[in-house]
Amino acid sequence: MTRLATCGLIDRAQTLRFTFDGRAYQGHAGDTLASALLANGVRLVGRSFKYHRPRGIWGLGSEEPNVLVELRDGARQEPNTRATTAELFEGLSARSQNRWPSLRFDVMALNGLLGPLLSAGFYYKTFMWPAAFWEKVYEPLIRRAAGLGRAATAPDPDRYERMHAHCDVLVVGAGPTGLAAALAAARTGARVILADEDFALGGRLLAERQEIDGAPATGWVARVLAELQNLPDVTLLPRTTIFGAFDHGTYGAVQRVADHLAEPAPGQPRQRAWTIVAKRVVLAAGAVERPIAFPGNDRPGVMSAAAARGYLHRYAVLPGRRAVVFTAGDDGWRTALALRDAGAEVTVVDPRDRPACPGLRVVAGARVVGTGGRLCLISVRLDTGEAIAADLLAVSGGWNPTLHLASHQGGRPHWDEALAAFLPGTPPPGMAVAGAAAGRFTLAACLADGAAAGLQAARDAGHEGQPLALPRADDEPAGLRALYHVPGRKAFVDFQHDVTADDIALAAREGFRSVEHAKRYTTLGMATDQGRTANVVGLAILAEATGRGIAETGTTIFRPPYTPVAIGALAGAQTGPDFRPTRLTPLHAWSARHGASFVTTGAWLRPEWYARPGEAGWRDSVDREVLHVRRAAGFCDVSTLGKIEVVGPGAAALLDFVYANDISTLKPGRIRYGLMLREDGFVLDDGTCARLSENRFFVTTTTANAARVMQHLEYAHQVLRPELDVSILSVTDAWAQIALAGPRARDVLAQVTAQDVSNAALPHMACTEAVFAGGLRGRLYRLSFSGELAFELGVPPDDAEALADRLRAAGAEPYGTEALGVLRIEKGHAGGGEINGQTTAGNLGLGRMLSRRKEFIGRVMAQRPALVDPARPVLVGLRGDGLRTGAHLLEPGAAANTANDLGHVTASCWSPHLQAQIGLALLSGGQARIGTRIRVYDALRGQDGEAEVVAPVFIDPEGTRTRA
Amino acid sequence: MRIPCPLCGERDAAEFSTIGSAPPPRPSADAPMEDWHAYLHLRDNPAGLHAELWQHIHGCRQWLRVMRDTRSHAVASAEACRP
Repeated sequence: MTRLATCGLIDRAQTLRFTFDGRAYQGHAGDTLASALLANGVRLVGRSFKYHRPRGIWGLGSEEPNVLVELRDGARQEPNTRATTAELFEGLSARSQNRWPSLRFDVMALNGLLGPLLSAGFYYKTFMWPAAFWEKVYEPLIRRAAGLGRAATAPDPDRYERMHAHCDVLVVGAGPTGLAAALAAARTGARVILADEDFALGGRLLAERQEIDGAPATGWVARVLAELQNLPDVTLLPRTTIFGAFDHGTYGAVQRVADHLAEPAPGQPRQRAWTIVAKRVVLAAGAVERPIAFPGNDRPGVMSAAAARGYLHRYAVLPGRRAVVFTAGDDGWRTALALRDAGAEVTVVDPRDRPACPGLRVVAGARVVGTGGRLCLISVRLDTGEAIAADLLAVSGGWNPTLHLASHQGGRPHWDEALAAFLPGTPPPGMAVAGAAAGRFTLAACLADGAAAGLQAARDAGHEGQPLALPRADDEPAGLRALYHVPGRKAFVDFQHDVTADDIALAAREGFRSVEHAKRYTTLGMATDQGRTANVVGLAILAEATGRGIAETGTTIFRPPYTPVAIGALAGAQTGPDFRPTRLTPLHAWSARHGASFVTTGAWLRPEWYARPGEAGWRDSVDREVLHVRRAAGFCDVSTLGKIEVVGPGAAALLDFVYANDISTLKPGRIRYGLMLREDGFVLDDGTCARLSENRFFVTTTTANAARVMQHLEYAHQVLRPELDVSILSVTDAWAQIALAGPRARDVLAQVTAQDVSNAALPHMACTEAVFAGGLRGRLYRLSFSGELAFELGVPPDDAEALADRLRAAGAEPYGTEALGVLRIEKGHAGGGEINGQTTAGNLGLGRMLSRRKEFIGRVMAQRPALVDPARPVLVGLRGDGLRTGAHLLEPGAAANTANDLGHVTASCWSPHLQAQIGLALLSGGQARIGTRIRVYDALRGQDGEAEVVAPVFIDPEGTRTRA
Repeated sequence: MRIPCPLCGERDAAEFSTIGSAPPPRPSADAPMEDWHAYLHLRDNPAGLHAELWQHIHGCRQWLRVMRDTRSHAVASAEACRP
């Protein structure tokens, strides 16, 4: 155990048990998996991506490149979580990744010996021949060998949700800068959201032993948080990563609501994805220490010096008893002193000239050139030739401001030679960068910077207040000599992608001198951490290899997300059947009670057929329903049809403009079948238009095009004919609509209404207000889609079941969408298969509907030569065994190729009425082919046959049934 | 993206749908085919200020003429097509 008896921010009273690779360990509340493993002396925790080299913990937080683990079991198993961000909980099970059979003995470590073959760009060079081997052999092999964790294969049992929030000031990061900013802004009364990815707010102050106002800084943190918590307009979001800065002050965040629990509490989501719209943003994301590339710098036991200090102060873990601190700046010395004070034996290696320091062994003017040990560090070699026995090598190469969000809108960071760091370029509008993220690294500077930025942000958002009385803090020394690289082999730059200094030099030699090219060729910075610890070192090596400065070399920019985001969190509740809303008709429950099975049509669930006991399959049900309509009467729930009321003095003129046929000549109380074209001349949709009164029309659309036609009408009115005085309202959900069809339809109707429904009183294509039995008020339309005598009955949704019950009692039987389809094919009505966006009115046999006496949308373009070409496929009927929708049509004997293609079958069914397989088709020169035979070729299903071309109306072409 | 709807105030772009570039005025019924071709098919694609048509489908359902900078997404103005 390396846990210290005192100090730290862990709760020693709460012991938590967990396992790693099957072995049991103990930690405390307040631990991360990483700190608990270190406390248990576990230093080998992973294998690297490409070479399978042993790896240990490098960092303290989300910057960790090495230690990605699998957490939990079963359906909750999740890959690639950083052990440094995984909060410990009772019973947590974690496993190392990318090793076989075990972490200590990993067969794939052989890859390390193949290093020369796997250098930068290896996949462009090594595995090129034979070409056919890439997909089948090389790629699967490489993917298996170079791996991350395994995701669960069972569905995720947890719930995720989405949240939207608005605020005046969003503060990103709750370290000293962020806390000062939030406090300064909150005291003005501004609405403030303070988010931090850590479970404890305080940032670097939790990892340091610093003083504010002469007392431990953690006390100041607690006081500020207490004040913020008590302000009504402040939202504190710990465990929340702001992962992206999007347009116009929109920020994406993911809150890990229950990741620190074994299972979410009942009703609690696992994670919550936030969309935050902020008037102003203070980016106070701090900075992350960068490594130095030197040979063997990836051995377990080599750690960021700032992280080593953090483990000591926050988690009371002594990460090594015999420590070497390799630092090019003053910051590393703070780690050395902290380790010394905790009882470790410490040697400081600093390339600068440094004086002696009590309790430390100082090797000034020296560098580390190598490390020893197989699975863990045991020695450190210096360029003086000295070897030092050590179990910890703490490395401090300077600090990288965490400026990611500032570059998400394209702002390019610029190099500051004095600070040896990239600083934010132009941040997105409304964002200010403060504190260490802006290169102001000392505590006093962070507090002052944060307070000023927070107040300014609140003022810009319209609030006024006084500057914060700044707490007292020191400016700690921050001298640094830029040191990125000590030459030698296996000096790792990007730990997560196994990119070495040699790889970058090789890329430069091979001509990949542009930073963007070198990045893609070596994959530097392309791992899941986007090179947070790697990029600057890599750029420095590229700059050196190409003889340029870092400023001149430039940098790649960061893109969202800042850290990986689970797809589940982004999807929220919209998964499975809830992927989109499901619309149910007013008769849904009634249909379910009467044996309906349902089919998805767009967002709707519609009754497909109503099965009865004794029926062997769906065809039995459908055939019965069709025959009942043809012989007696059936009714069908058509509530899903789009219904739109067009009202006002300009209504007739607008409808004349959007329909290809005349509407203004329609008399009140009458209905017309109508056809709408797109402006390019193709058919948009068909439906009916009832003139309820002089200035009031009731338009129906197909189910599929309801939303589109509504939008089309609004466009035609608002954009093209704004002078017309019209209101357009979707009333689809306001009416339950039932189609009643069959030779006995009038008899049935007479039993559900006292009104005169004779042919004289209500002729074909007439409509009227109606009162149905039981006092149900509604509308009655005489329309037919089936070719039978038919009506449509509209009632308010709540009355639908009562009306259906009465229709059934009067002898009508319900039929579903399958029977509806058979009836319309038998009658030759165009449906979705024919109105497919590529057919003209002429192609559908409706060319005569186009008005010659008015202007309408699509009129001009419908006359284009190509659209009136007689060779275009036109609607015909087919009759023949084995007809299947989608089959192609060919001259009998013609070869089955695209050049000979004459069209395709758009709809087909078994007609129980005709006792034949029939279909509709779009056939080139179809009119002239009626009476001939055609080859029906279905390559997809492997079928080939012939059919007879017939007129598309199989039933009652004269329409006597409809008008009966 | 946020779009300032003149009727509803500033709203998230997810509440809107767009057909992209605002078409030129619709030609008269007797205009030559070339005019119709231009109206239907030809659109500018500038790097900069761009007139677009957006509809606030999940709000007031107004069609809006939005001037938007295609480089920065900054919205200069949004006006109802039918005020």
